[in-house]
Amino acid sequence: MPRELPGRSMTKSYAPILVILGVSILNAVGMVVASHVLNPSRPTPQKSMPYESGMIPLGDTRARFSVKFYMVAISFIVFDLETIFLIPWAVRARELGWGPFVAVFLFVVVLAVGLVYEWKKGGLEWD
Amino acid sequence: MLLDYSSGFHYLLALAPEVVLSVAGMVVLLAGVTGKREGGPGHELGWLSLAGLAAAAVANGWLYAGVAEDGATAMIAVDRFRLFANWIFLLGAAFAVVVSLDYVARQKLQAGEYYSLILFAVVGMMFMASARDLMIVFLGLELMSIGVYALAAFNRRDRRSAEAGLKYFLLGAFASGFLLFGIALVYGATGSTNIHDVAVAVQEGTAARGLLLPGVALLAAGFAFKVSAVPFHMWTPDVYQGAPTPVTAFMAASVKSAAFVAFLRVFLVGLGDVSSEWGPILWWLSAATMVAGNLIAVVQSNVKRMLAYSSIAHGGYLLVALVAGNDTAAGGLLFYLLVYTVMNVGAFAVLIVAGNQSERGSRIEDFGGFGWRNPVLGVFMTIFLLSLAGFPGTGGFMAKLFLLQGAVEARLWVLSVILVLTTVVSYWYYLRVAWYMWMKDAPEGTAPARLAVPIAAHAVLLIAAGLVLLTGVFPGAPLELAMGAVEGLVEVVAGR
Repeated sequence: MPRELPGRSMTKSYAPILVILGVSILNAVGMVVASHVLNPSRPTPQKSMPYESGMIPLGDTRARFSVKFYMVAISFIVFDLETIFLIPWAVRARELGWGPFVAVFLFVVVLAVGLVYEWKKGGLEWD
Repeated sequence: MLLDYSSGFHYLLALAPEVVLSVAGMVVLLAGVTGKREGGPGHELGWLSLAGLAAAAVANGWLYAGVAEDGATAMIAVDRFRLFANWIFLLGAAFAVVVSLDYVARQKLQAGEYYSLILFAVVGMMFMASARDLMIVFLGLELMSIGVYALAAFNRRDRRSAEAGLKYFLLGAFASGFLLFGIALVYGATGSTNIHDVAVAVQEGTAARGLLLPGVALLAAGFAFKVSAVPFHMWTPDVYQGAPTPVTAFMAASVKSAAFVAFLRVFLVGLGDVSSEWGPILWWLSAATMVAGNLIAVVQSNVKRMLAYSSIAHGGYLLVALVAGNDTAAGGLLFYLLVYTVMNVGAFAVLIVAGNQSERGSRIEDFGGFGWRNPVLGVFMTIFLLSLAGFPGTGGFMAKLFLLQGAVEARLWVLSVILVLTTVVSYWYYLRVAWYMWMKDAPEGTAPARLAVPIAAHAVLLIAAGLVLLTGVFPGAPLELAMGAVEGLVEVVAGR
C-alpha cells in the first residue's frame, strides 16, 4: 500500500520553514535598504575599492592552479562522506546488530579499494 | 530457491550478477595499478574483465534457472525481464571489451581504468534493469552514466574526445536533473517510489494528478535524453563521433538498451494506467525520432557519424514498442535490443579495425574498394549494414517485424507506416557504404595494404555475424525467450 498521501498535514509542517524563509529574506533586504537610506554617502577612492583595507586586487581571477589541490579536494570528499555514513551507524551500532555491520563493512572495503587505487596511482604524493 | 527477503542475505543473492561484476571491476582496477608494467598493452586486464563478465553471466544464469521471488513488490526484481536484459548488457560489454583490446594498446589508454569503468557501467545498467524502485533506477542510471562520461573522454590526447566527454557530462547531468525532479513529483503524487506501489496508486486513482502528470512528463524527458529521442538528441552525434570508437559501440548498444529497459518498466508497469496521457507524447517522440534520425543520416559523409544518427533512428523504432505497450511489443523490444546490440557492435568493430592507427579512416570515401582489399571484413560489414537496414534474412528484419506486429496489435497504423517508410529511407545510407566498399575504387594516395585483424576481433565479428544471420533465419528460440521474459510483466497489478 502507498504510504500516507502528502496532504494538508505536510503543508502545515512546512509552514514554519516558509515563515523563517520570509523573515530572513525581509531581514537581509531590510538591512541593505536601511543602510543605503540612512548612511551619508561621501565616497573617497580608498572607500570605493573592493577591499577597503585589504590588498589591491591584481590580475585575473581565473588563474591556473595545480591539479594537486583538486586531488586533495576529491580525497577529502570521499572521506567526508565516509564519516557521514559511519557516524550515524556507529551511534546505534549495538541495537542495529550484524546486518548493518556487514553493510558498513562492505562500504568501508569499497572505500579502501578506492584508497589503495589512489595511493598506487600517486594521488597522495605532493611532489 | 525462493527469495522472500526475510534476511538481508537474500538481497545479496538477488543482486548476485551485480555483486560479482562489481568485485571484478575492483579487481581489474587494482590489477591495473599494481604490477610493474604500467603503460603496457594491458591485454591481460581485458581478458580479466572478460572473465568477470563471464562470471556475472554465470550468476545471471543461476538466477534465471533456479531462483524465484516472493511476490512482485521488492525493490530488486528477480524476473525474467531483468535477467534477459542482463544477458544483452553482458554480451554487448563482452564484445566491446574484446574489440577494445588492440585499440587500448594502440592508443596507449590506461587499461585498468578503461576496463573497470566498462564493468562498473554494466553494473549500473543491470541495476536499471532490476530496479523496481525509482530510486534504484536513478542510482543505476548515474552509476552507468558517470562511467560512460569518463569513457567518452578517455582518449585525453584527442581534443574531440575531451569535447565529447564534457558535452555528454553537462547535458547528461541536466537530463538526470529532469529525471530526478520527475521522480520527486511522482513520489509526491503517489506517496511511494516503489514502481508497484506507484502503479497501485495510479490505478486506484489516489494519485494527485496535478503532481503526477508533470512528473510523468519530466520522467519522459529524462529517459528521452538517455535514449536520444529526437528533440533531446543534439548531444548524440558529437559525443558518438568524438568518443573512442569502442566506447561509441558500447554506448550505442548497451547504454541505449539499458535506458530502454528502465523506460519500459517505469512507464508500462508503473504508469501504465495513465498511458492515455503519456502515449501521445511518446507517439510524437517516436515519429520525430524515426523521421529526423533517418533523414539526417542520409546526408552524413562520415561513417561513424552516420552510425550515430542510425542509432538515433533505431531509438525511434524502439519507442514504437513503448507506445504500443502490449506484450508482443515489449517482447519485440527485448528481441530488438538483442539483435541491435549484436549488429551495432559488429558494425563498429569493423570500423575500429578499419580506422587503423587513428580516429581517421571513417570517412565514407575511405571505404572505397574496402571490400576487395579485405574481403572477409567487407562481407562482415555488409551483413551488419544489411541487418541495420532491416534486410530480409537478417536479424534486423525479424526484429522490425515483431515491433511492427506489436504496433499493429495496438492499432498504431500511422506509426507503423512511418516505421516502414523510414526503414526504406535508411536503406539508402546503409547501402551507400556497401556500395562504396564493393563498387568504388580506393581513394587516391592510400596504401592498399590489407589490414591485420587480431584473432579476438575476428572471433567477435564471426560470432556477431553468426547471431545476426541466426536470428534472421531462425528467430524462434531467442524470440521465445524474449516473449517469455515479458510474460506477466505488465500485469503485475491485480485486475489490470
